[in-house]
Amino acid sequence: MDFSSIDPISLIVSLMIAATPILLAGLGELVVEKSGVLNLGVEGMMIIGAIAGFAMAVETENPYLGMLAAMGAGAVLALLFGILTQFLLSNQVATGLALTLFGLGLAALLGHSYTGIKPPSVDKLNISFLTDIPVLGRILFNHDAVVYFSIFMVFVLWWFLNRSRAGLVLRAVGESHDAAHSLGYNVLLIRMLAIMFGGAMAGLGGAYFSLIRVPQWTEGMTAGAGWIALALVVFSSWKPGRLLIGAYLFGGISVLEINLQIVGVGISPAYLKMTPYLVTIIVLVIMSSDRRRASLNAPASLGRSFHASH
Amino acid sequence: MRLIKTMAAGALALGLATAAQAQDPYKVGFIYVGPIGDLGWSYQHDLGRQAVQEHFGDAVETSYVESVPEGADAERVITQMARSGVDMIFTTSFGYMDATINVAEEFPNVRFEHATGYRVADNVSTYSARFYEGRHVIGLIAGRMTETNTVGYIASFPIPEVIRGINAAYLAAKSVNPEVEFKVVWVFTWFDPGKEAEAANALIDQGADVIMQHTDSPAAMTIAEERGVMAFGQASNMANFGPTAQLTSIMDDWDPYYIARVQAGIDGSWVSTETWDGIGPGMVAFAPFNESLPAEVVAEAEAARDAIAAGTMHPFTGPINRQDGSPWLAAGEVADDGTLATMDFYVEGVTGDIPQ
Repeated sequence: MDFSSIDPISLIVSLMIAATPILLAGLGELVVEKSGVLNLGVEGMMIIGAIAGFAMAVETENPYLGMLAAMGAGAVLALLFGILTQFLLSNQVATGLALTLFGLGLAALLGHSYTGIKPPSVDKLNISFLTDIPVLGRILFNHDAVVYFSIFMVFVLWWFLNRSRAGLVLRAVGESHDAAHSLGYNVLLIRMLAIMFGGAMAGLGGAYFSLIRVPQWTEGMTAGAGWIALALVVFSSWKPGRLLIGAYLFGGISVLEINLQIVGVGISPAYLKMTPYLVTIIVLVIMSSDRRRASLNAPASLGRSFHASH
Repeated sequence: MRLIKTMAAGALALGLATAAQAQDPYKVGFIYVGPIGDLGWSYQHDLGRQAVQEHFGDAVETSYVESVPEGADAERVITQMARSGVDMIFTTSFGYMDATINVAEEFPNVRFEHATGYRVADNVSTYSARFYEGRHVIGLIAGRMTETNTVGYIASFPIPEVIRGINAAYLAAKSVNPEVEFKVVWVFTWFDPGKEAEAANALIDQGADVIMQHTDSPAAMTIAEERGVMAFGQASNMANFGPTAQLTSIMDDWDPYYIARVQAGIDGSWVSTETWDGIGPGMVAFAPFNESLPAEVVAEAEAARDAIAAGTMHPFTGPINRQDGSPWLAAGEVADDGTLATMDFYVEGVTGDIPQ
């Protein structure tokens, strides 16, 4: 066993890459759930983002236009979910699952002519005097723009949910839509905006897969990342800061597990692979063991349909 | 979630299969472990299905269900397909083995063809390709080409098929480069481009300059191209993803086998068989060798390929010891198919443990 062959800097860099798509999608879903809507279609919106971003990037040879397209495509799919659940009052769980199925199928169809193509590459930040700092330079100052955007969004969302009036209104809608409605807030409008924001973030997370993490399009390439993002939202007890920690922890475990295998540590990879899920379950158990704490964090109206007539 | 997807897909296959009963064509179903667009394993099987459809035209009707998880889900999807009135079902992944046998007991009149397994029944045949023959050839190239003497290997599940591949590639690489070392990563999935890319990156970070994969997506090839190392494709020609990186690719060609088996089914001459074909009959083929390869390396690889095809050379020829040093094959002795089919040990020199 020779641990010296593991380069801690590459390890940290690759864990950030592994964590970014689930962090983005998780942040989007966090806002959606804070508004009282449960959208299980994250995986579907991610895969649509992956193909839309890929296609646009290839056609225009500009990855950033691709990312915008991915956000747009994710938001459009989310809009569909919003219309069905908010105006037609369909069941949110079933509609979310259907959205994932629809997204996977539609992405496969759209992506047919895009297999085997190389997308334009995304530049990494490279500022000579910063990037050349030993150790920290590569960890902090040598990423693509999306990594910085995802971390920036953690702060923005923390501020939005805790310090801004709009964020407090959004949370009020998520806690008690009837009370918010009686105060004169437009529950449906607020929820629709949150849902579309969630879709845009999931779409960008998907594009991170097809443009940066793997750079290629293959059917079903998000391979369950949307579900991990959903679990992370619960894991983080609906707090952006904890979501960042959770995403990096998850990315870290999955990258470390591979590196430990190469070095030859005698732990079965099956155990390491279980860890993130086990941790999520443990957090769920701890949260649900204390009713007061759980009710402080989980939006009280989560998953409940709102209809103004009652 | 996947469960619902496969249920939906199964229901769809059911609908498709019953739609055109009037002409009463011979119905053939396929179960794939990945999406047909994986550009690897499932893609290659679907090319086989298309070849069947093209060959028989209206006389045969094919249907398929993709992305069927191995395990309990598989049994239900296969049952649904059998119930929908198909005459023959190809289940194209090792993990469908028990499910195939169970369903076959319930539907004695349906013929089953299970890929890469070892359990047969009166109405269940097995078929597989001797991929280890291909692994021997790429092992030779890897041994010659590596400069860091480190070959990274992305393995899926610890099943005989995969272990055999690692052993065959290692023995060949070692025979031309005694210094060579293999680093194996088990990703426990056939298809997860993100995971496969991560594994490739980690292997390259830890010094591998040649990447071999036993997973189904071209993600590792893309990473190898990006990071400027060499790699071998899997199941399909992945040169699009790594024009510089791909030295060659082991390609699966199922077309002739599928056409022959469907023909046998139509004729009524179908009997349960265990097919294990290699380079000779054309079930294992190679993508064009990369032009950057030195002529003598290509010549050596081609010579090995031709010798295996002609049957004059076997990749597992003694003396070979097991990993723990105990003798397996004496000098000149050739491995028998039974041992190869159930191989659950590394040969001497491969480091690390096989996960249980």
